[in-house]
Amino acid sequence: MFMKRHVLSMREFSKEEIDSVLDLAQSLEPMARGRKSDMLAGKILALLFFEPSTRTRMSFETAMKRLGGSVISLGPAEGSSISKGESLADTVRVIGGYADALVIRHPKEGSARLASQFSPVPVLNGGDGAGHHPTQTLLDLYTIRKESHLENLHIALVGDLKYGRTVHSLAYALSLYGADITLISPLTLRMPDSIKADLSSKGTIVRETSDLGEVIDNVDVLYMTRIQRERFPDPVEYQRVASSYRITPEFLARAPKDLIIMHPLPRVDEISPTVDDTIHARYFQQSFYGVPVRMALLKMLIGGG
Amino acid sequence: MDRSKDEPGGLRVKPINNGTVIDHIAEGQALNVLKILGISGTTGATVSVVMNVESKKLGRKDIVKVEDRELREEELDRIALIAPAASINIIRNCKVTEKRPVDLPDEIVGVVRCQNPNCISNTQEPIKSRMLVKGKNPVLLRCLYCEQPLTEGIAEYLI
Repeated sequence: MFMKRHVLSMREFSKEEIDSVLDLAQSLEPMARGRKSDMLAGKILALLFFEPSTRTRMSFETAMKRLGGSVISLGPAEGSSISKGESLADTVRVIGGYADALVIRHPKEGSARLASQFSPVPVLNGGDGAGHHPTQTLLDLYTIRKESHLENLHIALVGDLKYGRTVHSLAYALSLYGADITLISPLTLRMPDSIKADLSSKGTIVRETSDLGEVIDNVDVLYMTRIQRERFPDPVEYQRVASSYRITPEFLARAPKDLIIMHPLPRVDEISPTVDDTIHARYFQQSFYGVPVRMALLKMLIGGG
Repeated sequence: MDRSKDEPGGLRVKPINNGTVIDHIAEGQALNVLKILGISGTTGATVSVVMNVESKKLGRKDIVKVEDRELREEELDRIALIAPAASINIIRNCKVTEKRPVDLPDEIVGVVRCQNPNCISNTQEPIKSRMLVKGKNPVLLRCLYCEQPLTEGIAEYLI
């Protein structure tokens, strides 16, 4: 039933298509937790990771194995042979001949799109530079739907909104659900104007502030991202900004009971470990939900689901 | 036919017998039009360029006259990238025999490179740049690969 041959960008998903992925993920969750399945027995997924990514790689691997399929991947040796000069286009054509689908993660933006033009099998974008990471967005949406609610959501996106590809795609996807979005970042790391214009054109209410305290008592979801030290030439300025977005149990005292906190991980110090045991923390569940969501996509693309 | 109604001073360049006159080019864009057409000092074409003349329609404008060459549809599309208000007159035997509008197609291939230095289309991969046309006035392009928009300074990114 899945209409897309490739999964490259959230821009290609309609609301109905997102819902169908999330519904299937829901039905596959028991298998993601260990119930035996052989839905994709005999099928092979190739993982082409040209840069390190523990979570994305391992959750795809887990998803495929939970469905009874198997995985091949670029190891360091193969990686180095590619670095000798073979084009990505040729690599994809060759490995596409071995597998039933490819997951690609690459430092260049647009690499998954290029791969889709040369691959004989479906391509899933596992993150292309600062570009897209659609499976992360889908697992974020799944988390919000399970742990809060997607319709009429008020969400605060916090941290590095300029370079964080996760929040760009998520904001776009949430606009399909009529979300009310508050963007919270240092002035230097604000969401790009082109993305804000895109959201506004869809009728999404977008507010911008630098002060997290302004909204903490009035949001359903607090979506934290990591502020990277290297974005700040002045270490003092980094410390000032980083500490202003540090979530602690004390800070959460004013938060609504049903507020949930999400984070694509890894975190550095933007969420205190003492928050982990509060009723608000959802980032580890969020990380786990990558498995059923990726299972759903693999089932749809490879298994004809 | 070569006397621009916008040109109070009369003829600056004599009419051509055969070829193409590209009028109403935004001021300062004439050289980029030549670049788009692949015309350089060594191509042998007889070309007249008028820059920054008065225009009732545009305030100031450029004009390019290319002798003995009729532009192809594809070339007109490219001109629309940087001169969306341009008008094209095909001249045969000293008469305007055809007026052609410029209009951008839905996709521009191999003409404009992506401004994103980290885009895969700016590497040695065996692909051409591909820009989706998302707006025509003003021109808004979006890279098919990295989806980065390009709307200002398009001439700087012409291949």
